[in-house]
Amino acid sequence: MSIDRAGVVKVAELAKLEFSERELEAFTLQFQRILDYIAKLKEASVEGVEPTSHASIGEGPSIQFARDDEVRKSLTVEEALGNAPDPGSGHFRVPKVL
Amino acid sequence: MKINDACEIRDSVRSGRISAAEVATAALKRIEEADSRLGAFITVQPDRVLERAREVDRRARSGDAKLQLAGIPVAVKDNISTRHLKTTCGSRILQGYVPPFSATAVEALENAGAVVIGKTICDEFGMGSSTENSAFHVTRNPFDLERVAGGSSGGSAVAVAAGMAALALGSDTGGSVRQPASFCNVVGIKPTYGRISRYGLVAFASSLDVIGILAPSPRDAALLLSTVAGPDGRDSTSARVPVPDYLAGLERPVKGLRVGVPREFFDPGLDREVKGLIDEALRNATSLGCEIEDVSLPHTPRAVADYYIIAPAEASSNLARYDGVRYGYRVPNPCDLADMYVGSRSQGFGAEVKRRIMIGTFALSSGYYEAYYGRAMKVRTLIRQDYDKAFERVDVLLAPVSPTPAFRIGEKTDDPLAMYLSDIYTVTANLAGIPALSVPCGFTSGGLPVGLQILGSHFQEEILLRLAQNYVKSFPVAAPPLRI
Repeated sequence: MSIDRAGVVKVAELAKLEFSERELEAFTLQFQRILDYIAKLKEASVEGVEPTSHASIGEGPSIQFARDDEVRKSLTVEEALGNAPDPGSGHFRVPKVL
Repeated sequence: MKINDACEIRDSVRSGRISAAEVATAALKRIEEADSRLGAFITVQPDRVLERAREVDRRARSGDAKLQLAGIPVAVKDNISTRHLKTTCGSRILQGYVPPFSATAVEALENAGAVVIGKTICDEFGMGSSTENSAFHVTRNPFDLERVAGGSSGGSAVAVAAGMAALALGSDTGGSVRQPASFCNVVGIKPTYGRISRYGLVAFASSLDVIGILAPSPRDAALLLSTVAGPDGRDSTSARVPVPDYLAGLERPVKGLRVGVPREFFDPGLDREVKGLIDEALRNATSLGCEIEDVSLPHTPRAVADYYIIAPAEASSNLARYDGVRYGYRVPNPCDLADMYVGSRSQGFGAEVKRRIMIGTFALSSGYYEAYYGRAMKVRTLIRQDYDKAFERVDVLLAPVSPTPAFRIGEKTDDPLAMYLSDIYTVTANLAGIPALSVPCGFTSGGLPVGLQILGSHFQEEILLRLAQNYVKSFPVAAPPLRI
């Protein structure tokens, strides 16, 4: 698998990131080297192997659990807005959408 | 006083021989004296520390029986949330972030009377193996100031190694507790996935992340693990498995323990001196009565490739939350929403984080998902099965932690792939979800520490700590003096 500059730009759009021309040049090379390395996985035979998506799946006692659905204290509005870059009164302000 | 024995501090504070405030003062003094050159901490608030310590002293005087960690100064990695104390993850995007809640593990240690002495620097969001990759400063190795501390929990390892904290919390997604422990001559344990609640640990790769412990000794690691382990209603992946008292059986002999040595961990990439020290450690284990045998984990050579698909894939999804809306950095004067997302993320994240988001986004994208992420999940199953088979025959595995001792600052910063490859002996434990620890086993001729890795089956932390304790008792490492 090879990736060119246009391919990297497309991935960047999906990831909501942007790069300068110089960054793109260096990054395309690094990306290619990393892809060449991870191609090692093709050497493994995975015929009939089940995927593992989570470390705790299938481990009897550690299968994921949900707590009881009870009303409990949560963050106050002030706390929830405490780290907002642009808090409004009781809401997060963002640039105009429409 | 020296801050190098958590159990002793706890006993002294409980018996009233010394106050938690005196211990905290000594730790703060050591930080003041050493950290301007070591760079382990990012946030230290002395007033807050002393206030907390005096509160512990009040509790001790009133006979509070729950003070299992009375007065112990604990450093906390900066990707673990601490209520009302800045938590940056080493990232510009969270530069001013102050969590409104504490991680469950932090709550547990504070309830037990420990004092959070400060927040330690790490590679941005835990992505790195050297603690060079943050938006702030580099952490230096206390045994050689021109060398890295390891990472990503390098700040936590140095805090313990240099006597600035008696214990530390770190996190380990692919080796980030064990490798800096090995580089800095301290004990580092990555418990079984789910053993310690991840609530409040800022997510990097959710199926691999665990909170881990850095400590001066296996005994001190056992003390902290007994307090912070356990199920948590706020983390659905935390394990509902009873927590043993890890201190109780620590001194029991290890005679007859079946020890496997995975031959794939002794590949040509392993440094000659590190190999010499590990070979010696294996002979030492034999003299403790362990029965050593050769085992094979045949899928190990694929593990780094597997890890560098799975971890970035999960990271790309987890880090989508940094959008400049609810918290974190927002680019000034964005013209619309898309501009705000792209600008905030591009300016807020550092190069390595962006690189991993890109790899992950690619591996999950339409047309490539099956060939990359899909295949990686299957190879993960094979890696896990390797361990399952090995643990049918042996109780634990012994192996190196890292192919080399601490490398020079700047040596690998321009070559991300070289940095990734240094994770070869640590990533498999995360992929399989098993516990593993690093215990000091010697120094190279150049005066650099080397750790021995002990890996076990799920929830077998007790055996790992017992073997480590037996090992350090019989074969203590004579460390050269710190450079600071």
